[in-house]
Parts: sequence; structure tokens; C-alpha cells
Amino acid sequence: MIFTFSEDYETALEILAKGREIADSLRLELAAISIGKHDDIEDTYIFCGADKVYSIDSELHADIVVDCLCSLINQYKPELLLIGGTRLGKEVAPRIAQKFGVGCATDCVDFSLEKGEFIVKRFVLGGRFIATQRFLRKPQIVTVPPRRFGKKLDTARTGKIIKTTLKPAQSRVQVLEKKDKTSQMLRIEEADIIVSGGRGFKKKEDLKLVESLAKVLGGAVGCSRSVAADLKWLPEEHWVGLSGHKVKPKLYIAIGISGQVQHIAGIRDSKTIIAINNDPNAPIFKSCDYGIVGDLYEIVPKLTEILQ
Amino acid sequence: MFIVPFVVRLFGCGEVIVDIIVCIKQIYDLGQITVDTATKHPITEGAARKISDFDKNALEEAVRIKEKHGGNVFALIGGTKEAAKEALAMGTDEAFIYSADTDSLGTATILAGIIHKIKYDLILCGEASIDEFSFQIGPRLAEALGIPVLTYARKMELKDTEIIVERNLENRYEVAKARLPALVTVTKEINEPRIPTLLQILGASKKRITEISLEKPEAGVENLSITAIEMKRKEVILNDIEELAKIIMSEKS
Ligand SMILES: Cc1cc2nc3c(=O)[nH]c(=O)nc-3n(C[C@H](O)[C@H](O)[C@H](O)COP(=O)(O)OP(=O)(O)OC[C@H]3O[C@@H](n4cnc5c(N)ncnc54)[C@H](O)[C@@H]3O)c2cc1C
Ligand SMILES: Nc1ncnc2c1ncn2[C@@H]1O[C@H](COP(=O)(O)O)[C@@H](O)[C@H]1O
Repeated sequence: MIFTFSEDYETALEILAKGREIADSLRLELAAISIGKHDDIEDTYIFCGADKVYSIDSELHADIVVDCLCSLINQYKPELLLIGGTRLGKEVAPRIAQKFGVGCATDCVDFSLEKGEFIVKRFVLGGRFIATQRFLRKPQIVTVPPRRFGKKLDTARTGKIIKTTLKPAQSRVQVLEKKDKTSQMLRIEEADIIVSGGRGFKKKEDLKLVESLAKVLGGAVGCSRSVAADLKWLPEEHWVGLSGHKVKPKLYIAIGISGQVQHIAGIRDSKTIIAINNDPNAPIFKSCDYGIVGDLYEIVPKLTEILQ
Repeated sequence: MFIVPFVVRLFGCGEVIVDIIVCIKQIYDLGQITVDTATKHPITEGAARKISDFDKNALEEAVRIKEKHGGNVFALIGGTKEAAKEALAMGTDEAFIYSADTDSLGTATILAGIIHKIKYDLILCGEASIDEFSFQIGPRLAEALGIPVLTYARKMELKDTEIIVERNLENRYEVAKARLPALVTVTKEINEPRIPTLLQILGASKKRITEISLEKPEAGVENLSITAIEMKRKEVILNDIEELAKIIMSEKS
């Protein structure tokens, strides 16, 4: 059996699509685990690939997820667990792996089967290298980044929904307060065009130049880590790179971004990359399709005007 | 003699004294790793080594807690004496170093084995090591030791026998608490690690570094290969903005 779990609805559907492919090749059953309090998502899980859905009505918390998944693993002995690579997913996957004394591979970007053996790939060393790994024990546990794979819906599919009566242990972590992040949830991973600004901008207000260009092109605004994390000029959902969001637009325009490996790691899958930078030796020019050397304060307003 | 610190620990003026273990990984400076042109494998020879970025944040946070509440900070380092000296200069009281080439399962098993023998109240890890970036060791170690874990902390505070943290999740910040002993993984935004003064660097040479030798533990995954990702980009440098605009228009559609 293969298990899938993600508390994030979209990600749950994406990993089901991937899980279905693997389950078909290995002739295994695919079971989605649904933990939380929500109405009627089980049918969609089946339409998206699950043969079975184990549904657990409970609070959603890491301790509880670990407890529930471990009970189900003991009961059904799955070969493979695909876990959505959200922050919760990346906490529970290694915890479960440690309990069973097995390996775990986080943020896997590719899966394959070689002679029936499950092989994964993940980025290492700042995203400049890719490691190909295999598991030495079962269950094999992986996390899959959100928005990496597409979902597949087939409303003709049928399956079985099993409401379990698991009573998870109490969480040892007590949540005192939840503060929603204010900005409207931007899903930069889904944008076709992204215009990103870096430290080449001298003040926060100047990012208006990025916004207007993005607006003219109907694209989203992105930024480097410096802009999001150090200067805090933009909220985190705009942050592109290894530790931010990994994007794959048709067109990525990097303005005043030097192009350090960790930034490139997030834009590697873009179709076309364009760079605007006043330093001809900036590394971004080695990672772009088209570049223009010059002052962004001159180039960006002119470019926006022409494109308008 | 022995009763006094124990009493102070529990009842002393509402203050808590905690012993903190910080798990530190020494890594190669990623910018200095080169690529073997024939095999595409990474070449680490000649690359400088340093403490992984977020582990410095973890260490800084431990030293700040010690400065406020008292107690000891121990560093448990996968790496060499150089990393230990840097950790000691930043305010660690004692360092333990070991080296083992293994995966996350192996590393967590080693760390848990060492920590079992040390008295502690709090363990700090980075959220991820910047070379592996796997986010695994903190959660694994907590599981191996059977203690609660609070991940992705951007703020933390000690209150009596509890640790309260603000966690940075995708769509929200979450304030959560757990009873000590507990493990916390920290993000980069939690603090700005100090740069030790010359005096602190010199003072560090008097502190104890213990080398631990270990048997190689069992691993859970095996690397079949590590190869450089090749970026095939056109790298065309344009001379005027009109031309750039044309390309953007054609790429856009
Ligand atoms: C573990 C780790 C994870 C990381 N993750 C990420 C990540 O996810 N995303 C990320 O972006 N970074 C990440 N980084 C940081 C990364 O290494 C760089 O520090 C960062 O990307 C630099 O941001 P920048 O390009 O905006 O700034 P800088 O490197 O300072 O570059 C600014 C650029 O602007 C140019 N410039 C200046 N003035 C002008 C002008 N007037 N006109 C045109 N150009 C101008 C300069 O020539 C320069 O190239 C990470 C680092 C580590 C260690
Ligand atoms: N070999 C190691 N020795 C000590 N601590 C480690 C080691 N590897 C990882 N860690 C700790 O675990 C954290 C997460 O690492 P990782 O799971 O590799 O992303 C790091 O930030 C360190 O605090």
C-alpha cells in the first residue's frame, strides 16, 4: 500500500496524482489519509486517485498527525508514504521516520522506479547540485513540495471511505494564539510571469517600479531574500529562492538581483529568464537568457512605458 | 552542597536556570564548492568550512537565554575543533565534537545517543542545515529523546518551566508552548548572531572541547550520486531597451 497525507488540500490532490502513477506501476493500493475537521473532501480524494480514504476527525496538530499516521502504518504496513512538503509535513515526516528507524527524503522534486526500486531526487548544496537517493528500509518516506506536480481529476473513479475511530494522544504542544499573515495570499508558484526586485532598489517605495512593470505584463511581484527577510520590504509570499518559493513561470524578470545560487535555485525551472543589473559581472548574467546592463532606475520606467 | 543549586533551580526568585544543548553542523562554504568538469561531482577540497547559518542563530539564542537566566550552554558539533572554537568564542561553555558521514537517521541516532548522557532542559537546532536543507534533525532528535518539539521559531521566551515560541508557518504565526525538556528549531529571523571579540576568541581557548568517537550508525537512505545541475541559458546581452521590450512581448505570449 502507498499512503498520502497533506493537510493542505491542493497539495493533497497533487501528491495523489503522483501516488497514483507509482501505485499503478507497482500494482499497489493507494490510500489517502485525511486528518482534521472538514466536510466532504474524501470524494475528491477518490476522484484524484485514491483507492481508499482513511478519514480521522480530529484537531490538526503535528503531534496528532504523527500519532495517527504511526497507528495506520502499524496496521497497514505501507511501502511508501508521500507527505505534502508544507512546514507541518516537513516536521511530521522525519518524526515518523525516526519512530520506525527508517530514512526520509524531504522536498523531493523527482521520482522514478528502477527495477521496481523507488528512486528520488532532491536539491542539495545550495540548490546547485541534485542528489539521487534510494531507501535502505521500509516504509520509504518522502515529502513533496507544494505546486511541484499537477493534479488529475476523474469523477468516474470509485473508492472506499473509511471513517476510523482512532483516538490520538493529546498534543504536548499547546497553541496559545494564531495570527494570520496579513497580506492576501499570493500564490507566486502559479504565476506565468514574475517580475522580481532585489537589493539593487534603494528604498522600499522604489519597488513601485517592479509593481508597475508586473501590472503592465499581468504578472506577479517577486523578490530576493534580502528584500523579504532582511529589509522586510515585501511579505514572505513574494520571496523567491531556495528558502523561499520555487517558481516556474514562462517569464522571470530579475531586477537588481545579483543571482546568488540560492536565488537561482528557486527560478531554475523558469522558461525564460531576463536580468536587469548595472554590474556586468553580476552572476545573474550567467543564469539568464537575456540580460541588459544598466541602471534599473533608467531602464525599468522606459521599459514599462514601451510595453504599455 | 548539592541541594542548593537544585532548590535555586526550582524555587529561586521565580527565575529558571536551564542547561541548553545546541546542535551544530559544520559545513563547506557553498560558494567555494566547485564542479568537476568531467563527472559533474562537487569538489570540496580547498573550500573553507563554517558553522551552518541557522545553527549560529540557535547558538546566539542559547547564549542570550543563558545571559538572562543563567545555566550552561553546551554545543554538540558535527565537525572539527575550528567550529568548536567559534562556538566557544560566541559564548558556549563546553563543546563536544564528533564526525560521522551518515544520513539524517544516522545523525539523529548519534546525537540522541550522546545527549542521553547529558543533563539538559532545552535543545536548540537550526530549522535546516544549509547544505542538506532537509529540516529533519530537530524533529527526529525530539522523537528519539521522547520530548516535545516546537519547529520554525522566530521568537522564543522561557517562562518558569515552559518554553513559549512564535512559530512561522505558511499562512500564519502561531504562539505555542511546551513544558521543558523540549526541543526548538529556529529560523534565521530569530536574531542576529554576534561576532565574537578578540578577547572572547582568546578566552575560548581555555574552554573544554571533548572529542567523541563513535561507531558508524545505520543509515536510512543512500546517495547514488550528487551531480551539478546544468543551466542551459542563452546568456544574450542586449544593448537597448526597445529590443528587450520586443523579446518580452514575444516570450509573454
Ligand atoms: C541558506 C540560505 C538560503 C538562502 N535562500 C535564499 C532565497 O531563497 N532567495 C534569495 O533570493 N536569496 C537567498 N539567500 C541569500 C542569497 O545568498 C543572496 O544573499 C541574496 O539572494 C541576495 O539578494 P539580492 O540579489 O537582492 O542582493 P545583492 O546580492 O546585494 O544584489 C543586488 C544587485 O543589484 C545590482 N544593482 C545595484 N544597484 C543597481 C541599479 N541602480 N540598477 C541595476 N542594478 C543594480 C547590484 O549590481 C547587485 O548585483 C539564501 C542564503 C542562504 C545562506
Ligand atoms: N551532523 C550534525 N551534527 C550536529 N547537529 C546537526 C548535524 N546535522 C544537522 N544538525 C542540526 O540539525 C539541524 C537541521 O539539519 P538538517 O536536518 O540537515 O536540515 C541543523 O540546523 C543543526 O542544528
